[in-house]
Amino acid sequence: MRDELFIYVIIFSTLFGTITYAAVLVWFERRLLGFWQDRHGPNRVGPFGIGLAFADILKLLSKEDWVPPFSDKFIFIFAPTTVMIAMLMGFAVVPFAPGIYIADLNIALLFFLGMTSLAVYSVLLGGLASRNKYALLGGLRSAAQMVSYEVFMGLSVMGVVMLSGSFSLVDIVNAQQDLWFVVSQFLGFFVFLIAGIAETHRLPFDLPEAEHELVAGFHTEYSGMKFGMFMLGEYLGVILISSIMTTIFFGGWLGPDFLPPIFWFALKTFILICFFVLLRAAIPRPRYDQLMSLGWKVMLPLTLINLMATGGILLWLETLS
Amino acid sequence: MIEAIISQIRTLWTVFLHSFSRPETVQYPEQMPYLAPRYRGRIILTRDPDGVERCVACNLCAVACPVDCIALQKTEDEDGRWYPEFFRINFSRCIMCGFCEEACPTYAIQLTPDFEMCEYDRQNMVYEKEHLLIDGPGKYPDYSFYRVAGKTIGGKDKGEAENEAPPVDVKSLLP
Ligand code: SF4
Ligand code: SF4
Repeated sequence: MRDELFIYVIIFSTLFGTITYAAVLVWFERRLLGFWQDRHGPNRVGPFGIGLAFADILKLLSKEDWVPPFSDKFIFIFAPTTVMIAMLMGFAVVPFAPGIYIADLNIALLFFLGMTSLAVYSVLLGGLASRNKYALLGGLRSAAQMVSYEVFMGLSVMGVVMLSGSFSLVDIVNAQQDLWFVVSQFLGFFVFLIAGIAETHRLPFDLPEAEHELVAGFHTEYSGMKFGMFMLGEYLGVILISSIMTTIFFGGWLGPDFLPPIFWFALKTFILICFFVLLRAAIPRPRYDQLMSLGWKVMLPLTLINLMATGGILLWLETLS
Repeated sequence: MIEAIISQIRTLWTVFLHSFSRPETVQYPEQMPYLAPRYRGRIILTRDPDGVERCVACNLCAVACPVDCIALQKTEDEDGRWYPEFFRINFSRCIMCGFCEEACPTYAIQLTPDFEMCEYDRQNMVYEKEHLLIDGPGKYPDYSFYRVAGKTIGGKDKGEAENEAPPVDVKSLLP
C-alpha cells in the first residue's frame, strides 16, 4: 500500500510536476492573454512557442544576480526562498486522486492556510529588505492586504468544514459525492475565490507589485534567479489555490468513471487556472483603499452571514431528524 | 456594490467572448502586410521616360527635409543639363515624412512601399546615388521635366518645349 518508496515517488513527481507546470504556465498565460486580446501571443520559439518557457528560465539563470549593497543582505536573499518553500509545502496536503497524495493530515486545510500565510512574509520581507521606496510601498500594501484578506479566507472555508465535519481534504472530497460544495457553499466559494486572488497577488489584486505605479513593487531590486523564485512562487500559488479550490468546492477528483480520477482533478484545476488568467485579462486593478473597504465592508460580512446561515441550517436539519 | 459586481462579471463575459474572434495580428515575415502604393518607405531617385536622371540638383528636397539628411552637389553635363554629382541620404536619420517628395519639382525623388532596410552596421544606412537611382520613372511614367521646362539644353532651344510659345523678339517693332 502506501509504503515508503511510493511516497518518495509522489513527493518527487509533485515537486517536479508543479515546478515544471509553473514554468510552462508563464508561457501559457501569455498565450491565453493574447488569445483573449485578439492576438497570438508568443508563438515563435518551438512548436506553439512553448520554447519560450525554457528561454525564460535560461535567461533568468544567466542574468546577473545582483544584491544591492544598501540592502539587508540576509533577509534579501532569504525572502524569495520563503515563497517557493511555502507554496511547495502547500502541495503536500493536496489530494490529487484517491491514494495519490503526500500526506492526509487531519488539519490539512489549516496547514494550507498556514502555508499561504507564510508566503506573504516573503513579499513583505522582500519589500522591507530592499531599502527602496517602491519596494517598501509594495511590502506595505502586501501587509495591509494580508491583514484584511487572510481573515475571511480562513472563515470562508469554515462552511465547508461544517458540512463535511472534517479538516482533512480527503474527507472533504469524499463528502462531495452527491453535491459539490460550490452549490451549497456558493457564498463561501465566492469569497474564497477573491481572497485566493488577493493571496497570490494576482491581477486584479496585485497591488504590492502594481507595475504602473511602483516600478515593480516589492521585487524592484530583485534580478536573476531570485526574481525567478518570486515569479515561480506566484505561479505555484496560482496552481495551489486552483487545486485547493478544486478540492474543497469542485469535488476534487470526483467525476464520471470513464476517465481516471487524476484526470478530473487536473481538468478542473486547469479550468480554474484559465479563469485566473481571464481575470487578469479583463479586470483592472482597484485602488488601494477600495481594496481594503471591499475586504472589510463586503467580504467579511458576507462570510459571517454564510457561516451563520450554514450553522443555522445544519442545526435545524439536526433537530428535524 | 451589486451594480459594480455585475459590471465586473459582464466585463469577464465580454472578454471571454473574444475566445471566438480571430486574432488581428499579421504574422509579419511569413505574411506580408498590404502597403498602399503611396506608402512612405525607402526613397528612390527616378529617371524620366528617356532614361535620363530626373534630378536637376535644385536642392529643394535638401532644404525641405526637416532632419537634414539629404546631401547633394550640383554639376552640369556638356548639354547644359543639371544633375547631382553625388546624392546621399542618411536613412538612419530619415523619418520618412515625404516632404522631399513634395518639394521636388521634377518628381525625381519618390518614396516607395518598402520598409525592410535593417542593417547591422550604421554606416550602411547611408545610401549613395547608385543605391538610390532606379532604372524606371516610378510613379509618374510620362513626366519629363526638360520636355516641358523652358531651359535651353543641348538639342532643345528656347520655345521648343511642350506648350511653350516661341520667344518674343524684344528688338522688333512688328506686332
Ligand atoms: S522623407 Fe522627410 S526626412 Fe526623409 S529625406 Fe525626405 S524630407 Fe528628409
Ligand atoms: S531630388 Fe528633386 S528636389 Fe531634390 S535636388 Fe533633385 S530635383 Fe531637386
